[in-house]
Amino acid sequence: MKHHLILRVITKLLVGPIMLFAFYVQFHGDYSPGGGFQAGVIMAVGIIIYGIVFDMEHAKKVLPAWFVHKMLAFGVLLYTFTGVISFFRGKNFLDYSALSPHSAIHGQHYGILIIELGVGITVSGVMIAIYYAFGSRTSEINDAEW
Amino acid sequence: MLSGVFSLLSALLLITLDAVDVAFTEAAVGAGISIVLMLSTLTLTSRREKKSKNSNLIPLVIVTLTGLVLIYGTLDMPNFGAADTPSQIHVAREYIKRTPEDIHIPNIVTAILGSYRGYDTLGETAVIFTAGIGVLLILGRLSLRPRRRTKKIEKVL
Repeated sequence: MKHHLILRVITKLLVGPIMLFAFYVQFHGDYSPGGGFQAGVIMAVGIIIYGIVFDMEHAKKVLPAWFVHKMLAFGVLLYTFTGVISFFRGKNFLDYSALSPHSAIHGQHYGILIIELGVGITVSGVMIAIYYAFGSRTSEINDAEW
Repeated sequence: MLSGVFSLLSALLLITLDAVDVAFTEAAVGAGISIVLMLSTLTLTSRREKKSKNSNLIPLVIVTLTGLVLIYGTLDMPNFGAADTPSQIHVAREYIKRTPEDIHIPNIVTAILGSYRGYDTLGETAVIFTAGIGVLLILGRLSLRPRRRTKKIEKVL
């Protein structure tokens, strides 16, 4: 989309705020609406819009495909291991009170923060990976045809 | 295009229902990503649909029957907004009462999803993971750093 000047400029302006909003939704999920899933999707939208308007190859320089594939698994593992830590502290699986030795409520806060991070990483990874998978199969449409 | 408009409108509807979390997701997934995926799928396929030789009657009957069964299922449901629905009187009260004591965060939705129903959310994450892996396997894009691997193989040879 090299000749779409307006789209390119607007996208450059938008990608930063979209990312910032994604992080806000991710880490402020305890206090305001949102959480890992929403944040992951918004993050993926930021990358995807960049990939559409500029080139997918440029987006892949920011987040290479192999890295995205690692993200998929890492999020689920982060979530699961948070649960497993509770085992070693003598609590039930996914009982976050075990995460903080001093106060159960703090443990709950840490637990929710970490598992939301795991959800966010997996969701954004899946969305970006699917986009890469579909997009890199596309037979290149001539730019003038748009 | 139309589905994008529909998603945005239903996001607004969800906001008026005070379900901002869901509205977020609807706007980002429904109006954003799914349209991108739909369009990129369309560019992969050919322009004209193949004419099918089978008759349209059987699918129509199946769809109508399934629709009737689903509508029959809704007859048992409580009225919209009724105060005595099971979701209002059973555990929801308990969650609202106990979240400030147990978890002490203002957003009860996050508390329920993350802590009270951590198993559910873990399952959901696993489902999303599986879906992603499935798409990657079908499209054959799961090769991990293919260049390096071929180099290693060359070295071994």
